[in-house]
Amino acid sequence: MDEAQRLVELIPRLRRYARALVGDRAGADDLVQDTLERAWTKLHLYQQGTDLRAWLFTVMHNVHVNRMRATRLADPLGDEMPELASRTQPDALVLRDLDRAIARLPADQRAVLLLVTLEEMSYEEVARTLGIPIGTVMSRLSRAREKLRAMMLGQGAATKLKVVK
Amino acid sequence: MSELPVSETDLQAYADGRLGAERRALVEAWLASRPEEAERVAAYQRLGKEVRAAYEAMLSEPVPERLAQAATRRFPWGRAAAIAGWIALGTAIGVPAGWQLRPERLVAQAAPDSTPIARRAAVAHATYSPEVRHPVEVGADDEQHLVAWLSKRLGMKVRAPKLDEAGMSLVGGRLLPGENGPVAQFMYQSQNGKRLTLYVRTEASRNRETAFRYARENNVGVFYWIDREAGYALASTDLSKDELLRLANLCYKQLEP
Repeated sequence: MDEAQRLVELIPRLRRYARALVGDRAGADDLVQDTLERAWTKLHLYQQGTDLRAWLFTVMHNVHVNRMRATRLADPLGDEMPELASRTQPDALVLRDLDRAIARLPADQRAVLLLVTLEEMSYEEVARTLGIPIGTVMSRLSRAREKLRAMMLGQGAATKLKVVK
Repeated sequence: MSELPVSETDLQAYADGRLGAERRALVEAWLASRPEEAERVAAYQRLGKEVRAAYEAMLSEPVPERLAQAATRRFPWGRAAAIAGWIALGTAIGVPAGWQLRPERLVAQAAPDSTPIARRAAVAHATYSPEVRHPVEVGADDEQHLVAWLSKRLGMKVRAPKLDEAGMSLVGGRLLPGENGPVAQFMYQSQNGKRLTLYVRTEASRNRETAFRYARENNVGVFYWIDREAGYALASTDLSKDELLRLANLCYKQLEP
């Protein structure tokens, strides 16, 4: 009962992260749903007294990695941007260019960047959540930012961020 | 002459505002003579802001029904696991605590409310109090509006007690989803950054009054009480139980109808 309420309260944060991570709204909500369902089956592994949010993000990370593995086998898109193809309806909140640039980051780097930037997790928390050493967190963060900066610069002044209706 | 020891990690942490004052000053001095690096770090900070802005609206969107269901669905094994977790935790609020044979727990056992206010307040506190940039929806500079808005949404007169004499000033507040309707959260902060939240919800059983009760949920200490139509819970991770009790008394005095 109480776990359920805590899960409910964390949904908006899970959705925000998932939305930025997978690039489209429906796919993000699918990821959140899978995460919540998986969380229920794994609840006995959650250590009471520890940070439920961090634990849930770990669950989400694992679900996401497994799903990516599965789709990569079925759908080898390589460098193509699946987010554009799968986006069925215009998404009012999206800053499209930024969204697209984030989608083009390697998945490992994207996760680190988003946990630091959106979730404002400490570097240690990110390391625990993703199960990687903190040095790796820092190098991925550094590379993600540099790539994102280069992409946004590359677009020049003409394509400033715009909100897509 | 040796170069000042500023690493790439320092620059990242600087961009995230996570360096201590001393280290920050060092990095600033280092950047002062390196305009290109300074521009790069400034760009990281700008991008961070843009990324947050781009997805911020997701936080206030209504939760789709299918997700709410996925979060609350109680598979038999899910429930068993949850109960096992409770027993392992050893603090029982709202569930029978008799097995502990600790008289104070029995006294502190919450009324048969299905949602112990202490727990919800603790979760809300843990969720929002670490926020650096968005701790509240409406800031204290617009307190009148904040209080009017929350009163309207909760359907009762809500007030933000003044806690300045105890060194806590109002940061602002936000509206949260509760089990039986909207809930208000006020956030306070001391000069040295300690945070306190007051969770206010309407109570179904309108004629109940309770003494202060204290609970600890994970690292969050909570004093909570019910005063007729309103339930209050004062939560903090940073304050001691005594400090929290003093603040709870201050709130109680001001909130008495």
